[in-house]
Amino acid sequence: MTTAPAQAGWRFRQPSVIPGFGLTLGFSLAYLTLIILIPLSGLIWRSAALGWPEFWAIATDRRTINALEISFGTAFIAAAVNVVFGTLVAWVLVRYRFPGRRIVDAMVDLPFALPTAVAGIALTTLYAPNGWIGKLLMPLGIKVAYTPLGIVIALIFIGLPFVVRTVQPIMEEIDKEVEEAAATLGASRFQIITRILFPGLAPAITTGFSLAFARGVGEYGSVIFIAGNLPYKSEIAPLLIVIRLEEYNYPAATAIAAIMLFLSFLMLLIVNLAQSWSRKRYG
Amino acid sequence: MADPEIKSYEQHHESRSPAVTESRPAQAVLMAIVFAFLGIFLLLPLIIVFHEALAKGVSAYTQSLSDADTRSAIRLTLLVAAISVPLNIVFGISAAWAIAKFEFKGKAFLTTLIDLPFSVSPVISGLVYVLLFGAQGLLGGWLKAHGIVILFAVPGIVLATVFVTFPFVARELIPLMQEQGNGDEEAALSLGANGWQTFWYVTLPNVKWGLLYGVLLCNARAMGEFGAVSVVSGHIRGLTNTMPLHVEILYNEYNAVGAFAVASLLAGLALVTLVLKTLLEMRYGAEIAATRGH
Repeated sequence: MTTAPAQAGWRFRQPSVIPGFGLTLGFSLAYLTLIILIPLSGLIWRSAALGWPEFWAIATDRRTINALEISFGTAFIAAAVNVVFGTLVAWVLVRYRFPGRRIVDAMVDLPFALPTAVAGIALTTLYAPNGWIGKLLMPLGIKVAYTPLGIVIALIFIGLPFVVRTVQPIMEEIDKEVEEAAATLGASRFQIITRILFPGLAPAITTGFSLAFARGVGEYGSVIFIAGNLPYKSEIAPLLIVIRLEEYNYPAATAIAAIMLFLSFLMLLIVNLAQSWSRKRYG
Repeated sequence: MADPEIKSYEQHHESRSPAVTESRPAQAVLMAIVFAFLGIFLLLPLIIVFHEALAKGVSAYTQSLSDADTRSAIRLTLLVAAISVPLNIVFGISAAWAIAKFEFKGKAFLTTLIDLPFSVSPVISGLVYVLLFGAQGLLGGWLKAHGIVILFAVPGIVLATVFVTFPFVARELIPLMQEQGNGDEEAALSLGANGWQTFWYVTLPNVKWGLLYGVLLCNARAMGEFGAVSVVSGHIRGLTNTMPLHVEILYNEYNAVGAFAVASLLAGLALVTLVLKTLLEMRYGAEIAATRGH
């Protein structure tokens, strides 16, 4: 660590003997601006240029609203399912010892590594009415492929590692002595889990939920194969953007994208607030 | 389980009193639920890829892989990764050097900006380039007048891929280099090394496993990206179709063996990535920042 001498006034950077600050920061900023910032501000500029009446007409179009509802709704359900099972997976990986644990642990990252299109066609084949799983669900009257339920299944696949990998490291850090102390004081296992373990994990679970949710809202590749893509029923917002682009309806594509970005950032804000609340409540 | 040594280790490691862990039956139930869940959601999709690819025998499999359009999709995917991954390596190293080695105003904000592509839908990542370079785009007219083709061609695909894989190397290197501090570099400089030598002989060897880890994840995403590339590619067979896009085309043509044959190559890439990643975590866990989470 560099020890900064007592300095007067504002200074952009603290002095250091290490060279290359200008070069690396300059290059990084230029690259970031060219690849990310200019294209993204182009999107915002284009949607602002639409004017309020046109923007409002696109935003309140029944098909747009339905697509947004489907994207956010299915992503929410999938993230909620992943919170339950992802936390359970993390618990088993952290606390239990069994042969092949290392392999199971590595497998959890499969959705990160497997291209989404591959996941999409694989899940569709599994859950199609004549597929391995679809065949079993058919007699029960459950249709998965080509329905919103299919979207949820794809998003559970995509989101699982986000929850596991956020919760797992926090679980590993839990000091067992606290549990032991509670046990010697007569707490039941259930009390220990709900009163001691859960509060410590709540912030990580919230983060995992929001990461899985955010990823699910924007997900495209794995969903479009299994969704059936019926307008108003199983059409996700990213697909509607693609459809509008293919119709050369740039204003609609831009407006829907801007709404998605806005809602995602709003959600991030809410999650951050929820997190600081849970830190105050449990921390 | 009968081995007393293992048992005593387990007891010591797992629990001293039954109240600090679940009862044996409860453990068995939890593990059964987890295995069933992972089996259905992770293992089955992986198995079905290879099952469907080989459904009509090995010869049908190899035949669909030797198709000319498939070959060109493989070549394009390799080309796009070969351009975009090195670009993001250079950026990742440069950003990590600036952010980890120096204290300056706005550092936290810059770090947040680097993660931005992760919170943008892949479709939007493609869309922003269409809005910029498309026929109705901001630069569309100028590009056309100068005969420069970006959209529905390789440059557009590379740009979209660079966008979605942008944070991988940087976010791996930044925490790692921050943790390692500046001591080694300051020592090298005081012994007379110049900046470049310091980086090449001191910093790079210190972060090489972390860098490799970031590159691995970056490459997997670059080769597998679908949404962003789909928007900018134009889907021209044999010309602008990457492997994931080719999977979609074959699948929509009801050519299941063809689609899953290409998919099996991508699934193989994913498996190799996972194996290498796990090996890196096992052998060099301390030298990889990301082992704390993604």
